[in-house]
Amino acid sequence: MRIRLLSVFVDDQEKALRFYTDVLGFVKKHDVPISGEDRWLTVVSPEDPEGPELLLEPAGHPAVAPYREALGADGIPLAQFAVADVHAEFARLRELGVAFTQEPLEMGGVTTAVLDDTCGNLIQLLQQPKE
Amino acid sequence: MADEIFKALADPTRRTILDELAESSGQTLFEICTRLSMKHRLGISRQAVSQHLAVLEAAGLVESRREGRYKFHTLNPDPLKRITERWTRPDQPESTP
Repeated sequence: MRIRLLSVFVDDQEKALRFYTDVLGFVKKHDVPISGEDRWLTVVSPEDPEGPELLLEPAGHPAVAPYREALGADGIPLAQFAVADVHAEFARLRELGVAFTQEPLEMGGVTTAVLDDTCGNLIQLLQQPKE
Repeated sequence: MADEIFKALADPTRRTILDELAESSGQTLFEICTRLSMKHRLGISRQAVSQHLAVLEAAGLVESRREGRYKFHTLNPDPLKRITERWTRPDQPESTP
């Protein structure tokens, strides 16, 4: 068994696609119309194009808003992305206007930071210690 | 107010939370929990941290502000100055702000 696809709910799929590709640097993998304006829209890491996909899923279900509101108020991220250098990503993304709810923080060799994806989610960046 | 401050300070976990907020101002509940578990190896639930923060807020030692969807906590050391002045400057009576 392998992890193939995970999803984050996004307020606006087109805006989310721009953020996840133009700002974060992922690439679009699948973009298939589903119903109305909803699309089956996934991105992957350019470093691992055959790796797990992230589905940018429409946030229309009524349970999504209270769920994300409660997690957001407590600053809890909904996904975690591995980066080589959290401090460098923090500097690069802040320059692009990305808001962080937690600046880079190093604890026990692990460095993390938490950013707002502008589509309703917090995302944690994670840098693990070099082997 | 003084009772609440002494009660808030009587707990080691709450003092650790104040240490962390003194180091970096404006933390989400998630960041405070991360610091307690990763840095201090305190196996403590989010709910318990939330309750500790409520005690610290009631004592005026921690303040929280909302920015959009997010809530950030900051340290307010002013009540500490008032309680120490009670003995270090005896001309100042116990204040009840």
